[in-house]
Amino acid sequence: MKKTKASPWKSIQLGLAILVVMVTYAYGFEITNIDLGELQSERRQESLTRVLRTLAHPDILEYEQSTVIFNAPIYMPCPADGSSPDIPEPDTTQPYVVVTPACVEPGGTVLVEGFGFAPFVGGPLRFVPGSDPTNSVSLGRATLETDASGHFSVEMVLPDDRDSPDVQFIRATARENVGAPYFSRTAHETWDKIIETVFMALLATTVGTILAFPISFIAARNLMKPVRAPLASIALSLLGWPVGIWLGYQLVHWVGLQGAPFARNLVFAAGSVILVPVFLTFALRWALPQVELQVPSRELRLARLGVVILSLMVLFFGLFELAGLMSLLGARIIDSERVYSFMGTLLYQCGEILRLITPLLGALAGGGWVSSLFGRFGQRMAERLAAGLMKSINIVLAAAAGATVFVLIGLLVEWLYQLGRPELTLYWPAASGAGLGMIIALIARPKDSLPSGMVIYYVTRTILNALRSVEALVMAIVFVISVGIGPFAGILALGLHTIVSLGKLYSEQVESIMDGPLEAIQATGANRLQTIVYAVIPQIIPPFISYTMYRWDINVRMSTIIGFVGGGGIGFLLLQNINLLNYRAASTQMLAIAVVVAMMDYVSSVLRERTV
Amino acid sequence: MLQIKNLSKTYDGGVQALKDVSFDVPKGEFLAVIGLSGSGKSTLLRCINRLIEPTSGQILWNGESITAASPEEMRRIRRRIGMVFQHFNLVHRSKVLTNVLAGRLGYVNPAWSLLNRFPRADMEKAMAQLERVGIADKSGQRADALSGGQQQRVGIARALMQDPEIILADEPVASLDPVLAHSIMKHLEDINKQDGVTVLCSLHFLDLVHRYADRVIALNEGMVVFEGLPSEIDDQKFKDIYGREAERVG
Ligand SMILES: Nc1ncnc2c1ncn2[C@@H]1O[C@H](COP(=O)(O)OP(=O)(O)OP(=O)(O)O)[C@@H](O)[C@H]1O
Ligand SMILES: [Mg+2]
Repeated sequence: MKKTKASPWKSIQLGLAILVVMVTYAYGFEITNIDLGELQSERRQESLTRVLRTLAHPDILEYEQSTVIFNAPIYMPCPADGSSPDIPEPDTTQPYVVVTPACVEPGGTVLVEGFGFAPFVGGPLRFVPGSDPTNSVSLGRATLETDASGHFSVEMVLPDDRDSPDVQFIRATARENVGAPYFSRTAHETWDKIIETVFMALLATTVGTILAFPISFIAARNLMKPVRAPLASIALSLLGWPVGIWLGYQLVHWVGLQGAPFARNLVFAAGSVILVPVFLTFALRWALPQVELQVPSRELRLARLGVVILSLMVLFFGLFELAGLMSLLGARIIDSERVYSFMGTLLYQCGEILRLITPLLGALAGGGWVSSLFGRFGQRMAERLAAGLMKSINIVLAAAAGATVFVLIGLLVEWLYQLGRPELTLYWPAASGAGLGMIIALIARPKDSLPSGMVIYYVTRTILNALRSVEALVMAIVFVISVGIGPFAGILALGLHTIVSLGKLYSEQVESIMDGPLEAIQATGANRLQTIVYAVIPQIIPPFISYTMYRWDINVRMSTIIGFVGGGGIGFLLLQNINLLNYRAASTQMLAIAVVVAMMDYVSSVLRERTV
Repeated sequence: MLQIKNLSKTYDGGVQALKDVSFDVPKGEFLAVIGLSGSGKSTLLRCINRLIEPTSGQILWNGESITAASPEEMRRIRRRIGMVFQHFNLVHRSKVLTNVLAGRLGYVNPAWSLLNRFPRADMEKAMAQLERVGIADKSGQRADALSGGQQQRVGIARALMQDPEIILADEPVASLDPVLAHSIMKHLEDINKQDGVTVLCSLHFLDLVHRYADRVIALNEGMVVFEGLPSEIDDQKFKDIYGREAERVG
């Protein structure tokens, strides 16, 4: 190793570095208002003590209380003639209170002593103005607490502006817990909300995991690197997406309209849910034979294609009927108002969700299918046509694809910012997209395959990284605005954050699998999807499970505070109680959060150990 | 008949692993590929089924060009080319039977195979192949629960599932002990002699070459330095293949 020589320049560098660090920290202290004096001030410490003590008494259990009230007479001021006022002797067989002295100047101090109360009970000790002992107005903040013999003695300062020639009272209220404890209202509320919180986390994790799974494959370099296609194929599959999405949506929407009347009839819906799978099994068995050694004739292929499309439409019809069936059954169960009626709500909601997402599924399936169909067609063209002809075709297709993509982005911008200037969001993108496409087509050799996989990889990674840097809380704010306050916004925010962060973690796992099995499966002639299912998925299951558990853990934590911004769950209640200075209730909720988080932590660590 | 014509491969980093390699493999031959470590044996075998894209040159198989095949055609060609690997390359967490069935992926309908559904005939065939390599009793176990020799048998069974016309074996016995090595080589020999499957096998040990190969190709720094019968490798040829300082053992 080379020895670095000491030089003045080095020392100056060091000095400068130290200076920079010090200035940075000083500035940090300055702008974060660190103020130790404030921390030590008496007022702060007093309120801190009070808050901590209240927090130490979470509002969980309550008792029925029996109350003993005694109104002890007091004169304020003393009678003008100097006589001592006439106080009746108390009944000493009952709890009673003695005030000494019996009269006092306004603002004076008296000693209040109680006898014969139950041991270890407490309650407020108040000055009651006016000469009516049942007056509900009471003043002061003193409290009483009896000892083992049922006695208490408290020095009490009386108000200085309540003088009256008549008798006034000091009211001692002793409350005693009787019977068994029961859960307070706060405890019930907290329970409800903590359940909501846990289920928010569960749903967000489930949705996130399901969607992150496919994303992780297109965000994995080792899987995307070999994906290459000729320009014509890339351009055609890009064009295929919007066409397919539109077609798929229209078709499935139409199927939904046809199926809607039936979906409202319990018998019919149930019947189709049973018959559709039967039909599908037979149709697909015929249309997709398990092995095919000869290349089938064109007529047979067309017939099969027809049956597959018909089967898909029947499948979507079946999904609509299933959604209808779930909603109908759910509504029935809710109406029955039994213990299990919450199951009805779940069923109903699932039915509604299924009804809403079925057209989207159709759109997605349509997009994927048409795009891959177009892509294959492009591939064939590139293989068969002459290079010169291919070049011109490429120019046209690439220009069209570039224009389409840019116009779609332009439309998104227009929708977001409402510019209302078509030259910026329509014509200019169309022109530049077409231009870019043409340039690529001119540069690339017409039959070469381009690294389309890497482009998808980089785009996906960029989107994932950008979204991942947005905190789930910030996402929740956006969703609260778009879908309103409540757990749904929280689920969307947590779900989205789960997708992007799991997508990244999963894809790193996919990148670190062993190449050998991948190579071996490819060598058998398996296609890309088969390779993923047979060589990739078996290798990534253990890390995927452990990452999912880890994320579930994070989601439980996050869902406890996502309510701070209106995202539902227990956080909302906690924030409310803190703002109302209702620290005992807040303490209950904090306790609940701590217990749930600790439990989830434990459960997930046990599960992780089991599965990995 | 497999014909390799002027095949060259230059890796991304600039390493030229194959230089103008040409040779023919008649149907039914057992051809050994020998050469020092890094001489390009694995690269050559992987170019034949295009797990690695050759930089230039041609590979013809029964008159059909492998190098010019489209991805779709390549899948159809690959399913008739079995491959056996030095490190077995089984999917560890899958069952032995699933690993063997994977050899049918090029034949079965993709849609059903994604749901792990294979035709009954294929299931029976898989059991028969396991029987043939002598580990039918392990079919339900996870692949990583097997010993090295057993794993290589699974690898051979997987290749056999493809009804191959050619088997490419990349140092199939390099991670096994000598006794196991012979038993694995005997399986390959059996497949070659009984079923008439062409075998291209890269090997490190000359005694294995003498014992099993019909003909030998030797590579040195990506070039063919010898082509002929195993018995023709004399001391001079040996030094050409393995370098001047090499000592012949055994
Ligand atoms: N993926 C790769 N990228 C770059 N260079 C590579 C790659 N794979 C192999 N090489 C290089 O190509 C040359 C030939 O490698 P190859 O693996 O074909 O040799 P081999 O004869 O199989 O050696 P061994 O007996 O050790 O397996 C070596 O110099 C190696 O470093
Ligand atoms: Mg090698």
